[in-house]
Amino acid sequence: MTQQITLDSVEHAAATPEVVQPYAELGLREEEYLNIREILGRRPTQSELAMYSIMWSEHCSYKSSKVHLRQFAQKQPPSDRLLAGIGENAGVVRVSDTLAVTFKIESHNHPSFVEPHQGAATGVGGIVRDILAMGARPIAVMDPLRFGAPDHPDTRRVVTGVVAGISQYGNSLGLPNIGGEVVFDPCYQGNPLVNALCVGVLPVERLQRKAAAGVGNVVVLLGAKTGRDGIGGVSVLASATFDETSQQRRPSVQVGDPFTEKLLIEACLELYEANLVVGIQDLGGAGLTCALSETAAAAGTGMRIYLERVPLREPSMEPHEILASESQERMLLIVEPDKLETVLEVARKWGVLATALGEVTDTGRLVITWHGQTVVDVPPSSLADDGPVYNRPLQRPSDLALLEADRAETLPRPTTPEELRATVLRMAASPNLADKTWVTEQYDHYVMGNTVLAQPEDAGMLRLEDSGLGIALSCDGNGRYTRLDPYNGARLALAEAYRNVAVTGATPVAVTNCLNFGDPEDPAVMWQFAEAVRGLADGCAELGIPVTGGNVSFYNQTGSVAIHPTPIVGVLGVIDDVRTRVPMGFAESTDGHVVFLLGRTQLELSGGEWAWVTHGHLGGKPPAVDLAHERRLATLLSQARTRRLLSAAHDLSEGGLAQALTESTLRRGVGVRVSVPADLDAFTFLFSESTGRVLVSVPEERVAEFTALCDQHEVPHTRIGVVDASSGALTVEGQFTIPLDELRRAYSGTLPALFSGTTT
Amino acid sequence: MARVVVDVMLKPEILDPQGEAIVNALPRLGVTGVSSVRVGKRIEIEFDGEPDLDQAREIADKLLANPVIEDFTVRVEQEESVQP
Repeated sequence: MTQQITLDSVEHAAATPEVVQPYAELGLREEEYLNIREILGRRPTQSELAMYSIMWSEHCSYKSSKVHLRQFAQKQPPSDRLLAGIGENAGVVRVSDTLAVTFKIESHNHPSFVEPHQGAATGVGGIVRDILAMGARPIAVMDPLRFGAPDHPDTRRVVTGVVAGISQYGNSLGLPNIGGEVVFDPCYQGNPLVNALCVGVLPVERLQRKAAAGVGNVVVLLGAKTGRDGIGGVSVLASATFDETSQQRRPSVQVGDPFTEKLLIEACLELYEANLVVGIQDLGGAGLTCALSETAAAAGTGMRIYLERVPLREPSMEPHEILASESQERMLLIVEPDKLETVLEVARKWGVLATALGEVTDTGRLVITWHGQTVVDVPPSSLADDGPVYNRPLQRPSDLALLEADRAETLPRPTTPEELRATVLRMAASPNLADKTWVTEQYDHYVMGNTVLAQPEDAGMLRLEDSGLGIALSCDGNGRYTRLDPYNGARLALAEAYRNVAVTGATPVAVTNCLNFGDPEDPAVMWQFAEAVRGLADGCAELGIPVTGGNVSFYNQTGSVAIHPTPIVGVLGVIDDVRTRVPMGFAESTDGHVVFLLGRTQLELSGGEWAWVTHGHLGGKPPAVDLAHERRLATLLSQARTRRLLSAAHDLSEGGLAQALTESTLRRGVGVRVSVPADLDAFTFLFSESTGRVLVSVPEERVAEFTALCDQHEVPHTRIGVVDASSGALTVEGQFTIPLDELRRAYSGTLPALFSGTTT
Repeated sequence: MARVVVDVMLKPEILDPQGEAIVNALPRLGVTGVSSVRVGKRIEIEFDGEPDLDQAREIADKLLANPVIEDFTVRVEQEESVQP
């Protein structure tokens, strides 16, 4: 005879206050647990405890970051484009009278270390649903990635799995992948970063809300069945530091199904078009718990849910498991009762399950029953909004002063032409600067037919309308700069993404971010976080573009060693006619065009790629950042684009001018001839990482007009050479010549050699 | 004949999109009454000498299965089942 296990109902909980509950194992602190008991006036049931542990986890409650993130709203510059901002599933930006664009980055770091393929795949699926929940059709994805040392034995497992996972999910969904980053550094060995950005487009009036408004409206679960996917994933995976035992614990990871997601997208879009939903929320890392409490809290209403109605993959699932499940490809809809039948009909048409779970009430309580017994009875706002908020201690890392004093500008530098030539080749072949085609060729770039620019261009660009209206997107971050100076590191990431959008000729209009940091309970990490957020908020105010939303990922840490603080900043730009975009590469047709370097070059090597590649060095202060200059530069580039003055424009970043020349020549296999300006030495000219610089080419007959425009915008410009198609080489006059074939072998051989073929 | 058979299946709690697709396709063939299909793989390993189950288990754990999301079983195939 099997023993009947008593269901932990509200009634049972009230009658058994003495039961010891595993709150600590679920990641709750004692004072948090006592707070829950106070809110409820009794001990929580098992289901309620699971819900609080999920919603009050760092991942969902932002309890450590909230006090800092407020600056994004407080310092937000005025924008008439912003239709929805921080706090919504994703920020929404108006791009024309009728169209809006929504975009956001999220992290899926921890799951992607445990199971790289599925972790990365479900990361894409998750961010796509965020965009879908705003009423938009997802139109592209991007993936900023960070991996451990390229030659470490475990890196290959993570890199190949993550890239395959992103391509499997994104390609199956039919979404182009238009950009991203791949960076290797030993600090990410046990904590790879898999950030995923998605962008979507919607008619302005189709914007959706998540509020469960309208008493009597029906709560509908749409999409896949609920199984035991990633149970406890949010509180265990996202909030616990990795240690030796985590490999053994083998938490249950989620597996996604992109084909179900595709049906879900089409079903939702049809529901929006027919005005059939009042509110909608995606089910992400915290499953039903998060969707139910957030929709109810947003509307200030209550909810009555019959949990046994949830379609299950495994019938033996218990209430708390159903509430915590992270099964993918699900959405929660709020539907008026008289439209329910039509909604179910649309779902049937697309072959997606739809189930009425309950209704919106005016009680202000989220009441969930399981076969007639109440297992949850809580105020939804206590889960969604009133979680703990911590003002955690901050302390400047003790090693920072030493690190700052150890400047890369003091390292021995190559001087002879032979040494400089060898350094250009060595840098081009280094894993962070090398050709990323091995990664990006696994992604679909042109599906849907609206991709105008994709990797390796500075920014991805998409056409939105036949008129030529389009958007450009770039995401950037530099963990080494941020390690040396978190405040300016964040501003440098912003400046870089902003400039990458500007070089295409688009006008930057909005910002999203994904803040990847170590353990927030470490005051040094928390200081880095606070400084980076302050830097990003100040930077956005200086550039006059708002932060529309973002994501925080803490606990990226192995033992006591945190990753470099890595804020990834995404910038969205608008371009009125994508046909006038400016490409990054020199072309046969631009032979003889004059090459200019915009911006000012100083000897700035600290935190840079040269110091790392040739000396394994990290120290000093990162390059200076001047956002007023960045703004002038962007205006100049946009106007020069409109007047068709530019035949190419390429941003200078890691690796400096040498790397920019490598990329611009190899893009179409067209050479260039440059000479070192009189006021610079060849090394500084080629390898300094001074920011705010752009390499451009201008037709000879437009040079006077272009330089006048530069003067008007107070952008320093230096004529450094000409596009030389017949040479087939990268030539620095008086120094060296590198045939493009030789340069390409160095640039393109690295990643395939590291990650292609069979394991040895 | 020293043949070891390794069966690899997704763990029960892991979604199996392939199995779901088969379940959903069955009614179109007129098959009813099937509530679940799970798809796995079978690997046959021939040893030169005596079948080495421990070695087979190690092969399965390190190469054939992804232990994060899959379970496997290892068994020596009986003589009679080798001959059809």
